[in-house]
Amino acid sequence: MGEVIKVGMADLNICLPPDTITTLGLGSCVGIVLYDPGKKISGMVHVMLPDSTKIKNNENIAKFADTGIAELLKRMIAAGATRSTLVSKIAGGAQMFAFKTNNDMLRVGERNVEAVKQILSELKIPILAEDTGENYGRTIVFNPETGELLVKSVGKINKMI
Amino acid sequence: MEEVKLDHIDSIQFDVLKEIGNIGAGNATTALSKMLNAKVDMKVPKVDLLEFKDLPDVVGGAENIVAGILLQLEGSIEGMMMFILEQEAVNSILKMLMQGMGMKEEDMAGLELSALKEVGNIIAGAYLSSLSTLTNMRISSSIPYLAMDMAGAILSVPAIEFGRISDKALLIETEFGDKDTEVNGYFILIPTLKSYGAILESLGL
Repeated sequence: MGEVIKVGMADLNICLPPDTITTLGLGSCVGIVLYDPGKKISGMVHVMLPDSTKIKNNENIAKFADTGIAELLKRMIAAGATRSTLVSKIAGGAQMFAFKTNNDMLRVGERNVEAVKQILSELKIPILAEDTGENYGRTIVFNPETGELLVKSVGKINKMI
Repeated sequence: MEEVKLDHIDSIQFDVLKEIGNIGAGNATTALSKMLNAKVDMKVPKVDLLEFKDLPDVVGGAENIVAGILLQLEGSIEGMMMFILEQEAVNSILKMLMQGMGMKEEDMAGLELSALKEVGNIIAGAYLSSLSTLTNMRISSSIPYLAMDMAGAILSVPAIEFGRISDKALLIETEFGDKDTEVNGYFILIPTLKSYGAILESLGL
């Protein structure tokens, strides 16, 4: 058994077998896994907000979908991953509270997922699987040996995507 | 009015924010005590400026299941007010509350969620009204929103609000409980940076 690498909120890391990589209690944030299936190199980033260019305080690059994914990609390639073979899996982006409002700020989960999909599509990294939206939290665990992403939620059956 | 920089709060401002937590949570605890008709003790509030990754640890870790009641703040102070209860605390509060009204446990189902929201509403209301009196500012709040889930997921909502303005979050945590039932709760007050400035200015800082 390898180690379990923890990725916190606004954080990212790389993971190789036999280790696994996890982020706990994703709410409106989105967890993105990048994976090179051939070399079994994986990485995970836990982003909180869609766009770093709209925010003044943008020093922590792992906080935003745009800069977070770009940095993870850089780290993956530095770790030896082949750019053209990269695939992705994403989870999170829930709306935790049932706000009855048009306030765009409160739909941040949805906007995070949209931004992540847009960015991955621009980078031509296919999304193999996703478990996003709804109104509940998720803990995710990625195993680079098998390429499977385990999604755990309160009161729900574990999903393997 | 100057915007407050969270990373450069001076010790006087920090003390003032702590005192706001003290007064707010004090009133809230009194309200809870009256509602439950039980003695509820309050501990000294802690004011912490935390990095996001450390935030869920305050309420028992990212996967700890908690109830979060959230109110949006409007008026002179904008932002969010959050009241977080441990799962056990939820059960004891509901039991105390419902039995206080002469209800049996089997009749409680269905009423629980709305009762819990109302508890949050009253307690947060007590917190906010003392803040309003203290600062002489008008604060109104939205209806209460409730979620029961992993602490990390629930805290992601205020964390994202803070994420827009800072790489850290300011948390005012207060623990309370009585002799027989350990009722643990946390208050999180999240004014916008502009509102932090307004609060401090209203108190002459």
